[in-house]
Amino acid sequence: MGSDRKLRVLIAKPGLDGHDRGARVIARAFRDAGFEVIYTGCHQTPEQIVSTALQEDVDLIGLSILSGAHMYSFPRIMELLKEHNAEDIVVIGGGIFPTEDIPKLKEIGIKEIFEPGTLLEDIIQWVKTNVKPRGAAEAA
Amino acid sequence: MEIVQKILDGDIRAVARLMRDIDDEIPSAKEVLKELYPYTGKAYVIGFTGSPGVGKSTLVDRLVDKLRAVGKTVGILAIDPTSPFTGGAILGDRIRMQRHFLDSGVFIRSLATRGHFGGLTRSTHDMIDVLDAMGKDIIIVETVGVGQDEIEIAHTAHTTVLVTVPGMGDEVQAIKAGIMEIGDIFVVNKSDREGSRKTIRELRNLVELGLRRHKTEGPPWEPPIIETVASKNKGIDELYEAIMKHKKYLFDNKKTKLERVLFDRAKLHFVGILRDQLFNTVLKRARERGEDLDELVAKIVHRDVDPYTLANKLVERELGDSK
Repeated sequence: MGSDRKLRVLIAKPGLDGHDRGARVIARAFRDAGFEVIYTGCHQTPEQIVSTALQEDVDLIGLSILSGAHMYSFPRIMELLKEHNAEDIVVIGGGIFPTEDIPKLKEIGIKEIFEPGTLLEDIIQWVKTNVKPRGAAEAA
Repeated sequence: MEIVQKILDGDIRAVARLMRDIDDEIPSAKEVLKELYPYTGKAYVIGFTGSPGVGKSTLVDRLVDKLRAVGKTVGILAIDPTSPFTGGAILGDRIRMQRHFLDSGVFIRSLATRGHFGGLTRSTHDMIDVLDAMGKDIIIVETVGVGQDEIEIAHTAHTTVLVTVPGMGDEVQAIKAGIMEIGDIFVVNKSDREGSRKTIRELRNLVELGLRRHKTEGPPWEPPIIETVASKNKGIDELYEAIMKHKKYLFDNKKTKLERVLFDRAKLHFVGILRDQLFNTVLKRARERGEDLDELVAKIVHRDVDPYTLANKLVERELGDSK
């Protein structure tokens, strides 16, 4: 009776930048950590990202962004999650961010920001500590 | 149950969560499935199978365009492999289906094989039932990229589409039993590539041989061979027409063909459930006696006992006479 919850993660790149090397590396690392990773690649709109997260019932959304458009796309994603009563999905970001933006992103609910140079092990450890697979559907 | 009504209403979060519970083998999911069962059996199931990289996801993406254009709602189950070493998976079939992410008439779910062989997941039949109950007209199951023997899809889908590409192997590959026998429709994708003509000729020969051997009741079905270039949207109308023709064939021959498909599917589903339940029951009772699966296996490794005797002993002890 293998009723072990498996962590499901969405890795996506919002916006117009096509540099998906980092996203691929993290997807691979998460796979090796035993997670099920839904990988949707580049050029995702916030709407697409949230729609995928809902249909795939993920516990975590990892957003990779290098284009500098995070102050547009991240808040929009958080807004859409709220609209769909899906604020329980943890959202993290990875990429290049001006230092002054990081507190702002955390304020809107992004749980953690990983900047260049972060060790993969540290990210995986963070996820294991901070993200728990969600509970069963109400059978009531 | 409130959740049953939510599924029937097509509530995305409820559907997504139930699917998760099914895959994670949460006991309450079975109770929901029991309640949903009367509402299933309406959807038409199309299977796409073939080796990795032949273009299954892209074909599915294009076919969905066509199905949406004629007003059908679609559920998609896209299966990718689980790593046997870490238990993790990268599920990437959605990348090819992005155009449908915002269409409320399309629900896409990525599934990982989680150690199941056969091309599907252990949960596929239940997942089909959920999509069916939520009201999807057509359900497309894209198998994991298969080799030669993953034929469960043929006992699951109404219509099985076997996708290949030019230059995938010589005549000997085509003669072998297994995967090449299950196609109701053959697709040669990337047919603008060299060697396309030869592949089509080989498939045609195979189809003719197959016709002579399949001696089932009712009029025979001659699997059509469709040439497509999915990335350029070529041949998709022909593929759609072929699927509709096969559907008509099944419904024109209800007794001999359609009911056979439904019987095969129900049998595969039921036997799987029964097997899991028996297995789990025996192991659970053994555990209650303090016998752990790994310890039992260790006995076999040490040559203390052979696997047949041990299995027999366990089944007999826990379930009575096993003869």
